Amino acid sequence: MNISLRVLRGGRLTGLVLQLVVVAGIIYFGYLLFRNTQANLEARNIASGFGFFSVEAGFPIGSTLLPYTPADTYGYAFFIGTLNTLYVAFFGIIAATFIGIFIGVSRVSSNWLIAKLAEIYVETLRNIPLLLILFFTYSVVLVSLPGPHASLNPFFGCFINNRGLYLPKPLFQEGFGFVLSAFILGIVISFVVSRWSVSFRERTGVSIPSGWIGLATITGLPVFTYFAMGSPLAWEIAVLKGFNFQGGIIFRPEFSALMIGLVLYTAAFIGENVRSGIQSVDVGQIDAAKSFGVSKGSIMRRIILPQALRVIIPATTNDYTSLVKNSSLAVAIGYPDMVSVGGTIIGQNDQAIEIIGLWMAVYLAINLIASAIMNWINSKAKLVER
Amino acid sequence: MSPFPSSSGSAVLVFKPRPSLPAPRQTVGIIGWLRTNLFNGWFNSVLTVIALGFLWKIVPPLMSWAIFDAVWTGGSDACAPGYEGACWVFIFNKFRVLMVGLYPGEHLWRPMLGGGIFIVLAALTVFHLLNPKKLIALWFLVPFPVYWLIAGGFSLTPVDQSLWGGLMLSMGLATIGILISLPLGILLALGRQSNFAIIKSISVGIIEPVRGVPLITILFMASVMMPLFLPVGININNLLRVQVGIIIFSSAYMAEVVRGGLQAIPLGQYDAAKSVGLNYWKSTVLIVLPQALRHVIPSLIGRCIALFKDTSLVIIVGLLDFLGMVKASAQDPEWLGHDAEAYIFCAFVFWVICFRMSRYGRSLERQKKGE
Repeated sequence: MNISLRVLRGGRLTGLVLQLVVVAGIIYFGYLLFRNTQANLEARNIASGFGFFSVEAGFPIGSTLLPYTPADTYGYAFFIGTLNTLYVAFFGIIAATFIGIFIGVSRVSSNWLIAKLAEIYVETLRNIPLLLILFFTYSVVLVSLPGPHASLNPFFGCFINNRGLYLPKPLFQEGFGFVLSAFILGIVISFVVSRWSVSFRERTGVSIPSGWIGLATITGLPVFTYFAMGSPLAWEIAVLKGFNFQGGIIFRPEFSALMIGLVLYTAAFIGENVRSGIQSVDVGQIDAAKSFGVSKGSIMRRIILPQALRVIIPATTNDYTSLVKNSSLAVAIGYPDMVSVGGTIIGQNDQAIEIIGLWMAVYLAINLIASAIMNWINSKAKLVER
Repeated sequence: MSPFPSSSGSAVLVFKPRPSLPAPRQTVGIIGWLRTNLFNGWFNSVLTVIALGFLWKIVPPLMSWAIFDAVWTGGSDACAPGYEGACWVFIFNKFRVLMVGLYPGEHLWRPMLGGGIFIVLAALTVFHLLNPKKLIALWFLVPFPVYWLIAGGFSLTPVDQSLWGGLMLSMGLATIGILISLPLGILLALGRQSNFAIIKSISVGIIEPVRGVPLITILFMASVMMPLFLPVGININNLLRVQVGIIIFSSAYMAEVVRGGLQAIPLGQYDAAKSVGLNYWKSTVLIVLPQALRHVIPSLIGRCIALFKDTSLVIIVGLLDFLGMVKASAQDPEWLGHDAEAYIFCAFVFWVICFRMSRYGRSLERQKKGE
């Protein structure tokens, strides 16, 4: 589209002048901003630069993945917050994908009741703000759970109360490394078998149930090693001591509320992608497959899915990046993610420019990486044209 | 004429189908519907039973909580602890705060009138009662008198912006955000399509970073960082700063929506515009944009819904919008323990507005397909 250059009278020269004027304007604007900021920072006695990163933070953080004390530095505190953001984003994406697929498949179910329920779910969650869902989960659903002494105990070692969700914590004994290696070996073997079975089928026409063989090796090998090594795994179970539970893995209500809200909200959007993906496949193709006697599972795996994925993946990539960005709402219910920790730092030393710049850099980086991965997956799923 | 050639002129065989039998009883009527939609196969039957059980567990208790056992009249003592149902009295009691925030009572008619004008305009839009050109003109003109009504000045007593709040504030932030970010978004989208490398890279340099970061960080930037950018001694209030942040955020998304429309315009349109001697701006404004925008109206409405939902985030930078007022009301010591009612009411209002907008978007889409 060469319009702008050719249509503007005077062509190239006018264009050049125009661009130079814009650049000069922007440079001047930037200079003004810089000067104002300098003056403001001086007037308010705010330091600049990242020197504060090695200063002692002095504030506690509620849930951390790595050990942290208030005596650690601001830089480390920010890092802990970033880890929490990544943690929520990673597991949120996985959970939202599973629930989203479930919702999307229910939306196109031939069962009227199931399809209706899924539609109500989608239309409700898509039309209210995520923040409202988070507040509701945090201050209505989780608060109404019983106290520690009346904890729900759905299965052995798991306790749910208004202080959090407690699960048994695995304690790896000597020799567990072998079980892990056996698991990895199982994956490698099943991969090789499935590769070989494809070429074997192409040569001879005989198909080998490589999926079952793979499943058997991936589960069988580690289980065998586990017992051969004498069960090198113990569980630490949460116990009620005084007013609260001690030990085990704990998920605090802030984390649970954030996870529940993010996952349910995003799942509604992913469900819609899955629905439109499945519906984009021509019904004639399914009829054709049925008339050949292709089994129901094979129709799903070999006919519907590959075509539906081409519609689903790009839209879902957007929803994944939204989930990552939306995880910043953690700050509203007090889960210490990157924005929440950064906000605390700004409150203490007023160095807003550095912190906000870092936030933006980290989110941009996460989203670039996520969309690079999804683009790679998408290029695999795309129609291969000769 | 007989279908069979008669050889001898004697009895002619005529094919006469018997009247068709009625469809089997199991395939028509309620039973047929149930069989095809709920109980086709054992798997679906099991699903149906599970879903019915789930509904049975959820719906009756919810109905009795929300309607039959709920408290509809009385004062704060009507919802004594131990009462089973929902306390809607709480919502009625807080209704004014939820709608307009701390707006002074003696001027209450002003936001009410403004809201009324707004509702009339929304109704005209949603029910397709005006032609599109008039509608667009009204949407861009009406906010001015409404803003004047609410803010005051010019013979009306000014009302300080720190007193604004509730649904009024959410609607205001969203409406002004959309109306200003749409033209800005169009400019950014045109810039992104431009052949001037510098203008293009500036546009991309604004759109992509803004789309890549959460709204919260932009709101923080507007609220905490913007005062540092202004000349020493000049202060603009937090509401305006947040509004600017929302506009910047929304512009980037609008730009991407508009770009989709621009890319859908066939190149022949540009060539045709050029061949009749239109320059860049004339061909853009008269030929390209009207088609491009018409193309993306449904996605623009999608953006409006998203932005309206997103305005709820301003609570994090200290503004008391609708959700903020709901949260504050739920923490009122006189009415403790009614979080559920507060949030459900809030969700209901958001849902009605957003769902109605999305239905409107869908009706426009259908219209477009029908053309």
